[in-house]
Amino acid sequence: MFNYIIRRLLYSIPILLGVILITFTLDSVMMTPNEKASRVLGPKAVGKTRTEWIHNRGLDRPMPVQFVNYVKNLVTFNFGTTWVTGRDLSETFLQGVGPSLCITLPGFFAALLGSLGLALFQVFVRNSPVDRVLTLFSVALMSVPTMVYVIFAQAFLALNLRYFPAYGFAYEPGMLRFLLLPIVIFMLINIGYDARLYRAIFLEEIGQDYVRTAHAKGVSTARVLAVHVFKNGLIALITLVVAQLPKLILGSLLIESLFGIPGIGSMLVQAIQTGDQPVVMVSVFLGSALYLLSLIVTDILYAWADPRIRLS
Amino acid sequence: MKETLERLWEHWITQDLLVIAGFALVFWLLRRGARNERWQRAFQRMKRDRSGLISLAVVLLYLGIGGLEMLRIPGGPYGTRSILDVFTAGVAQEKTYSAPLADELLNSPRHEKLNGRHLLGTDVLGKDVLVQTLKACRTALIIGALTSAIYVPLGALLGILAGYFRRRVDDVVQYLYSTLASIPEVLLLVAILMVLGKGLGTMALALGVTGWVTLCRLVRGETMRQSERPYVAAARALGQSHRNIVLRHLLPNVMHLVLISFVLGFSGIVLAEAVLSYLGVGAPVGTSSWGAMIDSGRSELARDPAVWWNISAAATALFILVLSLNILGDSLRRAFDPKRT
Repeated sequence: MFNYIIRRLLYSIPILLGVILITFTLDSVMMTPNEKASRVLGPKAVGKTRTEWIHNRGLDRPMPVQFVNYVKNLVTFNFGTTWVTGRDLSETFLQGVGPSLCITLPGFFAALLGSLGLALFQVFVRNSPVDRVLTLFSVALMSVPTMVYVIFAQAFLALNLRYFPAYGFAYEPGMLRFLLLPIVIFMLINIGYDARLYRAIFLEEIGQDYVRTAHAKGVSTARVLAVHVFKNGLIALITLVVAQLPKLILGSLLIESLFGIPGIGSMLVQAIQTGDQPVVMVSVFLGSALYLLSLIVTDILYAWADPRIRLS
Repeated sequence: MKETLERLWEHWITQDLLVIAGFALVFWLLRRGARNERWQRAFQRMKRDRSGLISLAVVLLYLGIGGLEMLRIPGGPYGTRSILDVFTAGVAQEKTYSAPLADELLNSPRHEKLNGRHLLGTDVLGKDVLVQTLKACRTALIIGALTSAIYVPLGALLGILAGYFRRRVDDVVQYLYSTLASIPEVLLLVAILMVLGKGLGTMALALGVTGWVTLCRLVRGETMRQSERPYVAAARALGQSHRNIVLRHLLPNVMHLVLISFVLGFSGIVLAEAVLSYLGVGAPVGTSSWGAMIDSGRSELARDPAVWWNISAAATALFILVLSLNILGDSLRRAFDPKRT
């Protein structure tokens, strides 16, 4: 097991290097140091200020040297500062994780429960008109852009009917009133897509021999679905569920920025609008690192859920 | 020299020819595909699938409207205008907002009369919202077409090569797509667009470069399965070149995956265009796109009385196109692969 984890970590290194190469190319090869300096310091800052800025960041050194430094900084989590606000990047990211998870974690579990229930029910009534209507409903849910959900919910539920505050966030006992609407929207966005995937997985399971055996033993259809099929389908579900880990930590850009939740998503949208490139590049790196980590977690969970799989 | 070329490129005849060529290419590919027996069986099944046919009709309607807006002819105040402009030339111009089917301007103290009726009202500049919504079709279609023109050949080719040659080629292709797949898609798109700058072309490039992974995986898997079949061994035994086997034998047998991914991918691209435009890294300012309409609609909803028709029209138009593409893609998948629901 331990050997396996070490080996998987080693396998992730080339991929992570590839990702760093992509961000480095975008960051340093496609943009000259002068372009960068004029973006940060303004086009008027020329002469000594500019050359000093370039020199302090090592942007005047040969490309390979820059790349090695770039990699070194990223893997030691020394991300430097943002361009616009000048704040420390790792600190900003750490601050954003809490508010992001406040939305994504409950939203994720609500979507998981909802879509699993929906999928199992659809398998129960499979190929009936109800099943078709629910499938259409799932497709419809995933065909609406996120901002449309948010804008209409804000306009009608928050501003017109005043059920919820339209905007804001605070760590306090009554914070749920800020969170409820974003959480529900996060759930709605994911539920349609997930339910379709889970339905396909369960439908595949239902053709297996053990299902026929269970029916032959006289087990009720509901119990076959809820216990037998669900448990076996769970193994296939692990990949889909764990792969969402980076999405949860990085938050949802549109939901957070539109609801004024100070998570990583809002921070990214702000960076996009002010042209704060380092924030975006670092988040690309972090997102990819988290994804690779979640792949390893998936494999370990697989071995735990299915004893036939041996990690070696 | 460069200037002449640019003028030639921007000339309406060139642009029209490109649009016609694009439509012709898709049509030709579909005709070529339809020779395949598997495609013919799938089309027979499609004919009995009512939801598939309805969604196909809706998609064709959007294609028609977008096509009319893309084709330009001389005339109008700017030198050229689109065929859609000719059709909608009779629609009256107002001073500013008016509600759907109202007969006076919105919030007008002097109850100023409108020049005409507007089914979906008018926007801040007094333009008819229905016409604006239809015109925005063009942006969605251009992005979808340009992106597909990049990612479809890339994904199909890499997938088929990886599946056929395996070993080294497969290792390289797998490495490439694992790397891309490990990055959250929105972030990569934003990173690319921040460096390359706004614009329809760069947006299509960014979406195309990141979008080939799913198609490539599908094609690679199917090619591996097909390569095991006797017809490939027979072709090889007859001394066919690798090129011939890939292009003449394998490609037609994986093209259905390309068609399905093209349709489903198109819906994803249209959605992504709206989101990216909304984030401010998408369509340049002044392009009429649904994303931009939704963006401006947000502050309009907060007005008193709320201006809801602009954003609703854009959101509905976007929703119906994406929904139809998703349903059409599902129904194509069912038609080609009836055993798997």
